[in-house]
Amino acid sequence: MSTIFIIMSLLLCGAMIVAGLMAVWPRRSLPIVILASGLVSLLASVQFLLLAAPDVAMTEAAIGSGLTTFLFFFVLNRVRKGTHHG
Amino acid sequence: MVSRFFVLLLLTGVGAIFVSLMFGYVPDDALNLTARYYAENTVRDTGAANIVTAIVVTYRGLDTLGEVTVLFLTAAIVGLVLAGSQQGRLRREQPAPGELLVTGTRLLVPLTLLLGVYVFVNGHLTPGGGFQGGAILASAILMLLLADPLREFSHSLISAIESISGLVFVAIGLLGMVYAGGFLDNRILPLGTLGDLISAGAIPVIYSFIGLKVGAEFSSMMVNLSETEEP
Repeated sequence: MSTIFIIMSLLLCGAMIVAGLMAVWPRRSLPIVILASGLVSLLASVQFLLLAAPDVAMTEAAIGSGLTTFLFFFVLNRVRKGTHHG
Repeated sequence: MVSRFFVLLLLTGVGAIFVSLMFGYVPDDALNLTARYYAENTVRDTGAANIVTAIVVTYRGLDTLGEVTVLFLTAAIVGLVLAGSQQGRLRREQPAPGELLVTGTRLLVPLTLLLGVYVFVNGHLTPGGGFQGGAILASAILMLLLADPLREFSHSLISAIESISGLVFVAIGLLGMVYAGGFLDNRILPLGTLGDLISAGAIPVIYSFIGLKVGAEFSSMMVNLSETEEP
């Protein structure tokens, strides 16, 4: 693997760590947390692509960053409604 | 304070493990035994151009059945948990979705469905397959839900697609036991020429049904979540 790939992978790792920290940072609003965890998945899928695993990258992009994020939003919506009604 | 110290210690330990893994990494000169077997024999055994698909659907087909079962259980449990809450949405005034979203959905949903079908039908030739294609199909349903949250989806159609796909998947696996080498053997159909759309025996058929099943499961989860309302 050439040096540029390694540098890109390390940069991606750093970005993933930053996104992960954004996700777990205390006192942050929940939608931002959900978006940040989706961002981790999106960066991970790019990482898989760099590591020559396009199948895994597609799964991660479609399920990890796409559907899971929206499922979390649906659930968040329901949970909010639950607290409002008592 | 003490717990914070332990957390820091734990994080340092995990970090040290990863750093040592990274600096101790030496690439192998050759493929290991299992990988070499797959690389050399996949085309002869299964006729699939995409080795990953060949492994997922035939060599490790039982694992795939397990994964599909896990997903099915998840969808079933979501349905079960939400069954207690009131069916039928509150018909209160929803904020109208934007013009951009509605028009974009009309444009994108057919294309997304087409892409999903393409991904799982071509699973044995190009990267992708049933799980990815199914998730893409479900994201088309998601777009419909976003553009019109009150849209009615046919639950019976979704569950019919889901159950029929699962049954056909297992039935093809059992046919493999009768007519070929074992459970989920793809050689019950002719292998064809490498790289053709209709080739690789039963792999495209199996993966198409997996795609439909995964798409139906994700769709049922989202439709359930969107339709039920807390009392």
